[in-house]
Amino acid sequence: MSESKSNAGLSVFALKCAVNGERTEREICSSRSLIEFIRGDLGLKGTKEGCGEGECGACMVLVDGKAVNSCLMMAVQLHGKELVTIEGIKGKGGGLHPLQKSFMTEGAVQCGFCTPGLIVASEALLRRNPGATLEDIKLELTGNLCRCTGYEKVLSAVEKARGK
Amino acid sequence: MEKLSYVGKSLPRKDALIKVTGAAQYADDREFAGLLHAAAVRSPRPRIKILSISDTAARRVPGYVTLVTYKDIKGVNKWPVVLQDYPFLPEKEARFAGETVALVVAGTARAARKAAALVEVKYKELPFLEDPLKALEKGALKIYGKDNIFSSFVIKRGSVDEAFKKAAFTVEGEFSTNYQVHAYLETQGAIALPEAGGGMTVHSTTQCPFYVLDAVAAALGIPYHKVKILQTVTGGGFGGKEDVPALVASHAALCAAKTGRPVKLIYGRKEDFQSMSKRHPGWARVAYAADKNGKLTACRVKYVLDGGAYSTLSPIVLWRGTVHAAGPYKIANVDIKTYAAATNKVPCGAFRGFGQPQVCFAQESLIDELAEKVGMDPVQFRLRNILEPGDKTVTGQKLNSSCGLKEIIQTVRKRSGWDKKIGDRESGIGNQGDIVTGIGFSVTYYGVGLGAKGRYLDRAGALVNIYKDSSVGVNVGNTEMGQGALTVLAQIAAETLNAPYESVRVEEVDSSKVPDSGPTVASRTTLMSGNAIIEAATPIRERIFKTACDMLISMGAGASQKMTAHGGLFYMGGKTVDFKRVVAECWFRRHKMSEQGWYAAPRTTFKMEDGQGDAYVIYSYSADAAEVEVDLKTGVARVKKIWAAYDVGKIVNPRLAVAQAQGGLLQGMSWALYENLVYKNGIMVNPNFTDYVMATTADKPEYDITFIEKPYAEGPYKAKGMGEVPLIGVAPAVANAIKNACGARVNSVPLLPEKIWNELKKI
Repeated sequence: MSESKSNAGLSVFALKCAVNGERTEREICSSRSLIEFIRGDLGLKGTKEGCGEGECGACMVLVDGKAVNSCLMMAVQLHGKELVTIEGIKGKGGGLHPLQKSFMTEGAVQCGFCTPGLIVASEALLRRNPGATLEDIKLELTGNLCRCTGYEKVLSAVEKARGK
Repeated sequence: MEKLSYVGKSLPRKDALIKVTGAAQYADDREFAGLLHAAAVRSPRPRIKILSISDTAARRVPGYVTLVTYKDIKGVNKWPVVLQDYPFLPEKEARFAGETVALVVAGTARAARKAAALVEVKYKELPFLEDPLKALEKGALKIYGKDNIFSSFVIKRGSVDEAFKKAAFTVEGEFSTNYQVHAYLETQGAIALPEAGGGMTVHSTTQCPFYVLDAVAAALGIPYHKVKILQTVTGGGFGGKEDVPALVASHAALCAAKTGRPVKLIYGRKEDFQSMSKRHPGWARVAYAADKNGKLTACRVKYVLDGGAYSTLSPIVLWRGTVHAAGPYKIANVDIKTYAAATNKVPCGAFRGFGQPQVCFAQESLIDELAEKVGMDPVQFRLRNILEPGDKTVTGQKLNSSCGLKEIIQTVRKRSGWDKKIGDRESGIGNQGDIVTGIGFSVTYYGVGLGAKGRYLDRAGALVNIYKDSSVGVNVGNTEMGQGALTVLAQIAAETLNAPYESVRVEEVDSSKVPDSGPTVASRTTLMSGNAIIEAATPIRERIFKTACDMLISMGAGASQKMTAHGGLFYMGGKTVDFKRVVAECWFRRHKMSEQGWYAAPRTTFKMEDGQGDAYVIYSYSADAAEVEVDLKTGVARVKKIWAAYDVGKIVNPRLAVAQAQGGLLQGMSWALYENLVYKNGIMVNPNFTDYVMATTADKPEYDITFIEKPYAEGPYKAKGMGEVPLIGVAPAVANAIKNACGARVNSVPLLPEKIWNELKKI
């Protein structure tokens, strides 16, 4: 760990991590949350802040393949790890990911603010459990609030993307 | 009639790609050079006299820029909503805990929040009102006018007292409903950018850019033509982004005007809970009378809404609730009195259903009670009394042929297996140990558009512009907030112009491109903006069709042949030409390829004095059956399935319509069972998603949705309005199912386990 004091007396941290497949080094203030780092320092605005308390799932990203609420994690905890945001969710060959396609074709997108988090959470589940049942999907996505869809089309979109 | 190319098809959403890739730019995603950040300083107590506001401590925060108070308002310190009692920033008194009393501007959002917490507001606590029913009592503390009443309406028809005296059956009950928080996933926010020459451009997440325009111009004291409102991709609204975004945007604009720099103001979730609008808590006492044959003869309603500290939209919310308070039935004698009361709590306003769900819960619960007294099946009872084309509503409005109430009731009855399930229930079939199952019904109607109370705002504009490359740009004054307006309106434009759907793009609202089109509320966007687009596109269509015909003739089609147009192509006598080539020819001929359209809703005749006359131009209809399980040991209720049928006129996009229905049903179910915002001593106790519980994927019921499309002649391609009607009847259907399952009649929403359990103990 490499930590030093900046002129302002704030603790500065040299963060090394991978962001959407690219090695990244940044000097950051150690009090920075992961979502501040993603949206502010990296300028990746696809990750949304819905509550700031880990209840809504809109800010979900993958850290070493696991879905986490980026509002609840400090940026320094990313050190040595691999971050994937919605911008890094891609299909084979770099096109749309099967989840992105199925969210579009099933009509699982309305206002869209929860969509990046839902796709990230679903991707984490399908990586871990490629044969996830409807009940598994329902349980996994209880941490992602959506106020528009009534969830039906979200669940069918994840089922459609399963195994692709 | 020619076959439709685009209307009536489940075409893909225009905005889906940018949303699934994370590329969509919501308000907080926009960045500008030199951007500053604002944060609100909020009143800590329900009602205070402000003695002083000091930023002495806040100044020490690195990056601190300035404090903004009412003294910085160059315009009039009155937010222009309906009654104009809400100042942009309070001068002497703050009237609810969470009200913005000042703003702080700093270099970063974090610094602004830190500084705002250090601003010292010296105040004296004043006595406050919390209970709307107590607010209406004589001798109550006065916090608004002489009687604490923001607004009051009546509907008077026939002789109610006499009808109750003569009745064979009567029922009466008191019902109440709690708040509902919109919980749009994107919180409120705006960015204001000062322009050279004293203008202001505002990026706002909003349903109503023209309300934002009114407010920003008023707060800054500058003419409208110096203000431009750009709607950002909007992360949910449900009514919660009707009025209040104008307040948020005005605060950002005041900060930008004072500092001369762009200022971003994005709400945190807690302050959004504490200070932004909500569904009004409602209280209703309803009574019905019926004759010996089960025909409704009279209805009496007293209905009270808890308006909160400022009137905002309460008068209009209350009016809609008043008009629909008796339900969609034939009733000759009606006496409805309604009140919106002031309290020192968060101001309530628009929420999907707009004053109807609260009173619908009361009225549809009681219809079940009356059916039981009469000894009729609840569905049979409703069918006996339901409005049909040619019948008159309680306001004396004669319904036209676009009324499928009877058909939707029959559809839900059949699809839900109602008759068999009611029989099974009586014989206890389906019960397992402590888990009992029941089924409940409700039926509702919803006046589309603003109606008589908002008639001066019920108009909309559109700009249709076909470029040389044949791409079509459409600007409207109503907004996309997730419901699919950009898609549905593109379908209507493509259909009218015979343009390929892919070539049409409807943009988010820019207030400088179209005239004030009223708010995006009241399920009015398809109807109003759709008709405005048709009006704009029709003259261009004529030019295109004439040109296409000329081209086909010159290609060798016989002039006596009839031209047909479909899916972006024009056909005649075996020849074909496409939209792109026709548009190029139109430009070559120097035709005008851009037009403005305008649509004003037909007049309504409703009179406020007696509540009689045509209240709305047209109605949409819904029927719901809910199957519910109740655990007799715990009182926990769970909705297993909802069958719903709707008459919302022609369906423009079936997939989007189903999505609206599913979303509305779940939001209604969540309000009915779970959502419980709590105030204690004038302070909101649970302003967060941890303690304010909403339905998740695990609670989702099955949905069965059917559309009965009764064409509305005035509607665009015969459409009416869809957005709100699915939510309204869910709570009473669930409550009636709980009663059916276990005998417990719960009169207050949310239908929490402890309430069900308490009722069970009484049986």
